[in-house]
Amino acid sequence: MTDVIIIGAGVSGSAVARELSKYDISTCVLEKCEDVCEGTSKANSAIVHAGFDAEEGSLMAKLNVRGNEMMDQLSKDLDIPFKRNGSMVVCVHKDALDGLKELYDRGVANGVKGLKILSREEALEMEPNLSDNVEGALYAPTGGIICPFELTIAMAENANMNGVEFRFNTEVEDIKKGDDGFWHIRTNNGEYVSRYVVNAAGVYADKIHNMVSADKMHIIERRGDYCLLDKEVGGYVSHTIFPQPTKYGKGVLVTPTVHGNLLVGPTAIDIENKEGTATTAMGLNEVTAKASENVKNLPMRNVITSFAGLRAHLERHEFVIEEVKDAPCFIDVAGIESPGLSASPAIGEMVGNMLKEKMGLKEKADWIGTRKGVIKTEGLSIEERNELIKKNPAYGTIVCRCESVTEGEILDAIHRPLGARSLDGVKRRTRAGMGRCQAGFCSPRTMEILHRELGIPYEKITKSGGNSAIVLERTKGEVSMS
Amino acid sequence: MKSVDIVIVGGGPAGLAAAVAAKEAGNDSILILERDNELGGILNQCIHNGFGLHTFKEELTGPEYAYRFIKQVLDLGIEYKLHTMVMDIAPDKTVTAMNREDGMFQIKAKAVILAMGCRERPRGALNIPGYRPAGIFSAGTAQRLVNIEGYMPGREVVILGSGDIGLIMARRMTLEGAKVKVVAELLPYSGGLKRNIVQCLDDYGIPLKLSHTVVDIEGKEHVTAVTIAEVGPDRKPIPGTEERYTCDTLLLSCGLIPENELSRSAGVKMSPVTSGPIVNESLETNIPGVFACGNVLHVHDLVDYVSEEAKRAGQNAVKYINDGCKDADTSDVIDIVATEGARYTVPTTINVDRMDDLLTVRFRVGDVYKNSFVSVYFDDERIMHNQKRIMAPGEMEQVILRKSQLQEHKGLKKITVKIEAE
Amino acid sequence: MEIKELTCIGCPMGCQLTVTLENGEVTEVKGNTCQKGDIYARKEVTNPTRIVTSTVRITGGDKERVCVKTASDIPKDKIFEVMKDIDAAVVAAPAHIGDVLVKDVAGTGVDVIATRNVEKV
Repeated sequence: MTDVIIIGAGVSGSAVARELSKYDISTCVLEKCEDVCEGTSKANSAIVHAGFDAEEGSLMAKLNVRGNEMMDQLSKDLDIPFKRNGSMVVCVHKDALDGLKELYDRGVANGVKGLKILSREEALEMEPNLSDNVEGALYAPTGGIICPFELTIAMAENANMNGVEFRFNTEVEDIKKGDDGFWHIRTNNGEYVSRYVVNAAGVYADKIHNMVSADKMHIIERRGDYCLLDKEVGGYVSHTIFPQPTKYGKGVLVTPTVHGNLLVGPTAIDIENKEGTATTAMGLNEVTAKASENVKNLPMRNVITSFAGLRAHLERHEFVIEEVKDAPCFIDVAGIESPGLSASPAIGEMVGNMLKEKMGLKEKADWIGTRKGVIKTEGLSIEERNELIKKNPAYGTIVCRCESVTEGEILDAIHRPLGARSLDGVKRRTRAGMGRCQAGFCSPRTMEILHRELGIPYEKITKSGGNSAIVLERTKGEVSMS
Repeated sequence: MKSVDIVIVGGGPAGLAAAVAAKEAGNDSILILERDNELGGILNQCIHNGFGLHTFKEELTGPEYAYRFIKQVLDLGIEYKLHTMVMDIAPDKTVTAMNREDGMFQIKAKAVILAMGCRERPRGALNIPGYRPAGIFSAGTAQRLVNIEGYMPGREVVILGSGDIGLIMARRMTLEGAKVKVVAELLPYSGGLKRNIVQCLDDYGIPLKLSHTVVDIEGKEHVTAVTIAEVGPDRKPIPGTEERYTCDTLLLSCGLIPENELSRSAGVKMSPVTSGPIVNESLETNIPGVFACGNVLHVHDLVDYVSEEAKRAGQNAVKYINDGCKDADTSDVIDIVATEGARYTVPTTINVDRMDDLLTVRFRVGDVYKNSFVSVYFDDERIMHNQKRIMAPGEMEQVILRKSQLQEHKGLKKITVKIEAE
Repeated sequence: MEIKELTCIGCPMGCQLTVTLENGEVTEVKGNTCQKGDIYARKEVTNPTRIVTSTVRITGGDKERVCVKTASDIPKDKIFEVMKDIDAAVVAAPAHIGDVLVKDVAGTGVDVIATRNVEKV
């Protein structure tokens, strides 16, 4: 029996978990995958939007701007990289210049600071690789870039440090209000009972909502294909370059990532498949074609990987963060599409405040709001490295050569709260396997470490849990011990 | 800071041969830095035979070939460090490296030999659409898992790319009990050796589909099926030609890329064609005293040529040190230009005074040529015109230049290598 | 009369060879463009052989598999029988290059030998 069950360990669920960890209650997060950050949170533009895009007065606008404001302090508290690189909305048609003004006005109304409309010359001076057709741009200095894995993992870890439990590989199958007045949540891993439920299930939020409400919700999975480019061309643009928005969203952007790659995408293709994260040739071609309208000569031969993510789109295009009318003590956090990542700290804060008021929560005296991330050795001086190696020789062994990740970092990722148990888990915490060879070199080595540290048999080591084992069996079978 | 005459980055076939040659040329201050837990490099996982026909006049497996050189390194008492990653090479030849025991350390070298080898092109770089499940491996990663770690990736296999590693893995997986359903090759010809096509595919009835590529990967968590399709002359898939293969493993053998991150950060100039350093007749890069050999310089077809090239790099490094570490004289340099069918040459410049009596210029062709001529021009004069029955992109070609020949052509500025129909 | 089609492995030409046999004797090789093709074809249709390389399980060593090869060619049609013996073998470390790990594999008269060193730990 817990006070609050959160369904989903994506960025929203983890943000809510961290907020609730401030209070003297029992909170448990149920996640159907084997790790945090497995759905929409892992495959998006990794942008902290300035907040000029969402409709004035909307929850999206309010939480985007608030989340953006919170990000500086949060990134310091949680020891995660965040950079305000500034974003630009590029206009390439003279007759569309009015649109920039419209965005500017909306941004001002939303409370976005520092917005400026740039002339063609000013825009090109800031970004020489913009299309020759550029006519002007809207510049938002508060736009930023962040690592969505690290943000989600850090919030979840911090929540866990403060007592929030996480149950992975736990899929919710049904939810019923019991005669005892509590929520009875049936999962593949037994039943959970809770006073409150927070539905932060991403693209599955409709399915979860519909288990308890007669007022049915329908989430449309809007797929976005992306291409990630080598660090060699990570500086091709320094700002996040957006086209002018359409009714399908903010369009295909080109942006540096906070780790120095170049990211191009996403498409916006409505599909009705909650697991439909397969890219298509058409989608990948569209990424290049659309991005090339705003940025010239994109170095697409430097693509190191492509991927697709799903936005949890609601017809009304608005965040739904509220107690479900016909299901008291059941809070939806649904329709969290872009700018959900940017808004996530504010979403957590909002849900935290809602429950504080409803449940009359008291803050813990011993809450620790900070957390130290995995020590990243790249860029450390010789002295700093040797200090680490003296303490733990594993910091002297490079496992991932592309991203220069040491065994020490991988051990840290495995043995910290909510530690990594799969290759992707290690990758998202350390970047091992994220580089240009895409884990060709380090995966056998990382497998060996997972095997040794966690005692997982080789055949059970997965890429990302479930049925994603890397190898099938031993060649010629095991030597029998007889 | 520790000083060493010659630091060799990489203890694979190139690094080993360079070290042995340098030692035999009289230098006693050599250090090999190897990141893996043993010397030998990628040869240790290439357990098939076919290595060493040129060097040893017998057919060896990869580990046996490697061991011939490892033994020489051991017998000659050449110093080496394992588990040691070179982190940086500065233009002044300060090498920064790291391992568990020594921590991060720096070595001042008089000469550096780049012998880091190459790596495989990953799936991402191929832009294959579909899911990103477990069960997709570069052929070399699978080779390491099967041959060294002793684990099978799967039971039903599709292979994209008919490079030699892909062909070799088709046979390896088959012998270990897997069913290799098809090998798809984007190009209208295979980059692999004919012998490998016959003995790795035909022997086991594995179909090779030329002008085909993977157009879809199914399976959210683990590969469950792969769809291939024929491609047109533009290498784009032709709709309607799709064929679906259920499988649990997709191996990729789609090209090798010299591994030059360290070279680049040292300021070594690169060839856009080979993705390796631009070198002169001494296999020296634009940074005096920094030499390159093996697959880091250009991807080779046979390891024998790697050893031969690396030997020259080792000898030249010693010569450079013995001559007082002087910068190469670039005033009297002859350029070698590859054109019309020849994609590149190694080296790209010659200083006649510094060259040996014979200089092997290696190159690759860009297409399959039958009954064509390899021609060498000294400025506008054709001085070599050798007919070859067949030339293919998968095989390295060579021409040999004589020093006396170049000395006779006073004022020679440019040597051109090209393929001519007649 | 029997006709066999094969691809020459002598060079990248990969000539398509047509071999005519009568009572097991080669009477004609067609399609080859050099002498190499003729020699290859005659050997390949009458007595095709291969070197087999694989790994053998090893216990008590610094590796769990030791790579091996047949010390000389074995008949092509015996490849899978040879593999069966190789798969079944388990040896104890150490093993050194050239050590015989499986004697007279699959009755071919050929030994399987180690192609790398695995030391005892």
